[in-house]
Amino acid sequence: MLHRILALIIKEFLAILRDAKSRMVLIGPPLIQLVVFGYAASFDLNHVPFAVYDQDRSVAAQDLVAHFTGSPAFTEVASLKSDHEIKSLINSRQVEMVLVIDPRFSRDLLTGKAAPVQVIVDGRNSNTALLILGYANAVITAYSQRWAATHGLPSPPAQLDPRALFNPNLDSHWFIIPGIVALLTQVVTLLVVGLSVAREREAGTFDQILVTPMRPLDILLGKSIPGLIIGLAEGSVIILATVFWFKVPLHGGLAPLYLGLLLFVFSVTGIGLMISSLAATQQQALLGAFLFMVPSIILSGFATPISNMPVIVQDLTWINPMRYALVIIRRSFLEHPSFTSLLPQYLPMAALALVSLAAAGWLFRKRAV
Amino acid sequence: MRRAARLCVAAMPPETDAAPLVLEQLTRRFKIGKRVVVALDAVSATTAPGLVIGLIGPDGAGKTTLMRLIAGLLRADSGNIRVFGTDVAADPLKVQGMIAYMPQRFGLYEDLSVQENLDLYADLQGVAPEARAARYAELLHMTGLAAFTTRLAGKLSGGMKQKLGLACTLIQPPRLLLLDEPTVGVDPVSRRELWAIVDHLVRGQGMSVLLSTAYLDEAERCDEVLLLHEGKLIGAGKPSQFTQAMAGRSFQVRAANISKRALQGALSRLPGVTDAIIQGEAVRMVLDAGINPGIVGESGQADAVITPVPPRFEDRFIDLLKAKAAAMAIEPAPSAKPPAAARAPAAQPGTEIEVSHLLKRFGDFCAVDDISFTVARGEIFGLLGANGAGKSTTFRMLCGLLPATSGSLQVGSFNLRTAAATARGRLGYMAQKFSLYGDLSVLQNLRFFSAAYGLTGAKRNARIDWALREFELAPMRDATSRDLPLGFKQRMALACALMHEPDVLFLDEPTSGVDPLARREFWQRINALADSGVTVLVTTHFMDEAEYCDRLVIMGQGKVLAEGTSESLKSACRDATHPDPSMEDAFVALIEADSARSAAQVRAA
Repeated sequence: MLHRILALIIKEFLAILRDAKSRMVLIGPPLIQLVVFGYAASFDLNHVPFAVYDQDRSVAAQDLVAHFTGSPAFTEVASLKSDHEIKSLINSRQVEMVLVIDPRFSRDLLTGKAAPVQVIVDGRNSNTALLILGYANAVITAYSQRWAATHGLPSPPAQLDPRALFNPNLDSHWFIIPGIVALLTQVVTLLVVGLSVAREREAGTFDQILVTPMRPLDILLGKSIPGLIIGLAEGSVIILATVFWFKVPLHGGLAPLYLGLLLFVFSVTGIGLMISSLAATQQQALLGAFLFMVPSIILSGFATPISNMPVIVQDLTWINPMRYALVIIRRSFLEHPSFTSLLPQYLPMAALALVSLAAAGWLFRKRAV
Repeated sequence: MRRAARLCVAAMPPETDAAPLVLEQLTRRFKIGKRVVVALDAVSATTAPGLVIGLIGPDGAGKTTLMRLIAGLLRADSGNIRVFGTDVAADPLKVQGMIAYMPQRFGLYEDLSVQENLDLYADLQGVAPEARAARYAELLHMTGLAAFTTRLAGKLSGGMKQKLGLACTLIQPPRLLLLDEPTVGVDPVSRRELWAIVDHLVRGQGMSVLLSTAYLDEAERCDEVLLLHEGKLIGAGKPSQFTQAMAGRSFQVRAANISKRALQGALSRLPGVTDAIIQGEAVRMVLDAGINPGIVGESGQADAVITPVPPRFEDRFIDLLKAKAAAMAIEPAPSAKPPAAARAPAAQPGTEIEVSHLLKRFGDFCAVDDISFTVARGEIFGLLGANGAGKSTTFRMLCGLLPATSGSLQVGSFNLRTAAATARGRLGYMAQKFSLYGDLSVLQNLRFFSAAYGLTGAKRNARIDWALREFELAPMRDATSRDLPLGFKQRMALACALMHEPDVLFLDEPTSGVDPLARREFWQRINALADSGVTVLVTTHFMDEAEYCDRLVIMGQGKVLAEGTSESLKSACRDATHPDPSMEDAFVALIEADSARSAAQVRAA
């Protein structure tokens, strides 16, 4: 029996590796996505174009503007003479923020009163607007502190002293790139496993296997083990790229990471096999894989936090293996997680793996023979 | 403007000065994987107007490529095609205005009714609304579809779909009609009707028709024949010219004291015998030119009864192929030596397959309707029927691939639906279209299937060596199997099915599309297997292949129409109009009797 499964595994690898198109599926999309996510996707804002409407024209006001232009987050693109220019610049998306300095700015500052500064942002992308406001706030706070220090004024009674643990520079790549490990492992495993049976059904070779003495369980194992190996290999390549190319630190060590990855690949293989046993053609299998993949990524916390979702949708994420995989992988990279602290992730994922593999086996038997 | 002009041309009597089709040194190559295939190799021909020209050859001979070149859908690598004097490469639009092309799988819209399909093609072809009613009436009358105009195309039978395809193709009457394998997989009754339509178009309307087919027996219905093999034109002329060349060389041989398979084997090994095939209980033999039929005595069968029979088109094809092979100084086919019997011959007589009251429903549709038959051990048993007759469904149930709705089926002492996996180790299965792993090499396929059947170690290596030797696959052991020619794929599929020396062999359309020599070689092996006690169950829609079976059932609309030996089935329909009926005559008679019966039942009810 082991002999037969081994033969099936060897055949599966040969079929994937000898076919140029299958080889491309393993290499092409992961490479593209790694580049896209690694370089293009970022939550950090850089060089936000902004305009200044300085009605004060004092040294103090110039100093404030210099604080903005000196920050890597902002780039000054225009200086305004009147307030009706503001609207047209924002409407035409030439600037995302306008800094309006009141005529009384320096006078109020020097007399020790609160000096008003207005920040106008483009609220059409609420996410970016909030980030810009946050940055602007930080710049103005820094300016106030410096003014207080140089003019012998008392500093504000309560002071914010931010310090980010695990990711001291709050570099969003450290958050996104480890997520790609889970994302790409899922994509590749799902495609390899999901298409494998459908491909054989189309070619007519599936009948040929079914009339051999191999049992459905043998076929199931022979189909899932190559998927597991390929999924783990793909994950490993991306982990290497994350650590050595994108320089994201791996603090937690390989053991918790790989235990999580293994359980994740098991559960994705089970889902892939379920799709495979239902689909009659490769086209259907591909559609099935995407039908699963898109919600699974959105509901995983890959880009948007699960805690922001409505409660009913949050409940739905409990059956999404990627949700757990992301937590395990991110924590393994940036923390030193203990095994017990990750158990709440390992256990549900193991349960999902068991359920999906069992369901795949049942569907397989039902559809196959 | 153009529309009116075209209608004018169609109404005019065909010009006689320009030949419908002139081919000059036509060559076209394709790259399949790493192999460059010469689909057409310097083909030259000229055809006369108002005739049915048969383009005849096995799959891969280049028939479809030629059709597509003429229709201007492909470009030739070199050479010219002229249709009624117009060069296709120079003015494809003008040529496309003069021809109509019906591809192998005509693009009917299955969710539209017969009438809606006609309307659609009339719109696409720009037929004037006022001309439509008369044209529809004519086409529907000709194809016998007038009663079915509201039926969805998807619900038509295979033959009716083909006729609707033809009607849609003819919606704008062409001067040259190209039909690519219109009769493949169509039941013999519909085949005859399609031929009647073609005859009507040619005789009644003066149309020129180029029709391709892989059925060699259809050659005799054409006015002229172009015989293609591996991209080369190996013969052209009237069918009678082909058969006349074989006059006096075809015989039927009967011997009382030796089995038909032994006789066929002995005859085919005699020098001077071009061809020997089993035909019912006798052997049909074709001799090389100038050989006296007395040589049958040299096979040790001095008292065999030898009767001359009229030559067939296929005899000439075999003769040409063998002559070509001899000219290239290669062994024509390894069929001459019988495969070594791999087991103790002649297993215990008894029943190997038993089917009783088998029924299969898909929703409301009854694909297999209460059929029963038995197959004895060591027998070659045929399941015959057109596409959709239920033979593939029956076959899949026998292999355990599909559950039966009701009824029982036993293979050996097992029901394959419920039997343990090991029971499947007793059977070999060769799927339609020779399904193997195309990305794997020959050797990798053999390795996989031997392991899948549980062979290990020395035994496995021995069987792989056996397969490479016996099926002469050793030279291409490392070739990617997708790139192999069809004949090799077929051999490899059989090798894979035989790795574990099965007791029962299931063959689903095992010879469709392969050339006649490869078919003979294939049956030679099957005969040897049956002689060694293997039970063989085979489905086919080639009527002449039914002759190779010991017994067969003919299926139609899910029912068994008749069961028996090919001789008994043929003699059952012998009458004044058919003194020497062929298998196809028998089949047609059975179908017609069946439809008459069901019509009578409808009337009675």
